[in-house]
Amino acid sequence: MIRAVILFVLIGCVQYAFATVNDVYPFDSDADRERFQTLTEELRCPKCQNQDIADSEAPIASDMRAEVYRMIRAGADNETIVDSLVARFGEFVRFKPRVEKRTLVLWATAPLVILIGVLMIAVMVIRSRRYSEHATALTPEQRERAERLLREHDAR
Amino acid sequence: MRRLLLFVPVILAVVLGVVLFAGIGKDPSHLESALIGKPVPAFSLKELQNPDKQFDNQLLKGKVQLLNVWATWCPTCRAEHSMLIKISRQYGVPVIGLDYKDNRQDALAWLDELGNPYSVVLSDPEGKFGFDLGVYGAPETYVIDREGIVRFRHVGEVTPRVWQDTLEPLIQKYREAD
Repeated sequence: MIRAVILFVLIGCVQYAFATVNDVYPFDSDADRERFQTLTEELRCPKCQNQDIADSEAPIASDMRAEVYRMIRAGADNETIVDSLVARFGEFVRFKPRVEKRTLVLWATAPLVILIGVLMIAVMVIRSRRYSEHATALTPEQRERAERLLREHDAR
Repeated sequence: MRRLLLFVPVILAVVLGVVLFAGIGKDPSHLESALIGKPVPAFSLKELQNPDKQFDNQLLKGKVQLLNVWATWCPTCRAEHSMLIKISRQYGVPVIGLDYKDNRQDALAWLDELGNPYSVVLSDPEGKFGFDLGVYGAPETYVIDREGIVRFRHVGEVTPRVWQDTLEPLIQKYREAD
């Protein structure tokens, strides 16, 4: 019984959370609503630093949401909106940093590390294969000696 | 050659150590303003004490000044208030106040009670100018040069230490420039 009540309350909360976002910012079209949703999830709140502005309760995040809303209503495209916020708050507000000289290391590190890893594995595999080919192939003399040793062992 | 390769992990560890060590003690919540080296955004704001009086960007030109963003709802602002008074009265650096998203009556009462360190207090009740300036939480203190260009932003309390180590040298530097 208690479980059912808790479940009910939780489901209620979820709906409430979704409802607030939609009610505060009414849009004419679903496309604009979707853009608003995407943009606010791609912009980072400068105050509560690892939240996006859609998710954050900080006053500054709500100001930023209002500005995004205003600009979407005014017909601005996504790039203009993000750029205008970056001009005020800095590159920090992009969750996905732009590829430029300063961020090159950031973008290049992951693929580079993967590449190095793949190369290392490849080298190891090739080497071990070569080694095993050599190791299993006994020369006729070696084979004869091995058989002799085994026979002696059995005889004992 | 083989032996040298054995040192690769050690070198990697040292490099990583240096990089991580450089990050220790840095406060990630202090962001550099996006406006450094750029002019203060255009504004036209009423004076807090006298709403008939309007100020624009001319106010922040002609001398090196501090622009302090504050509000009565901000506890840290109260903590730094006495330091601001010291800066303006004792050290002779003009401080412009920006009363950010605040209630006018509360702000006036606050200045009555704690003293007024500001040469001018601008009122920004909706935080519009603050938004253009990239304010993300009070208090924030900006160093503005003679040309009205943002040179530095400090986020958080202006302590004697911040004044001594950061703000004062910067003010000196821009006062001496040209």
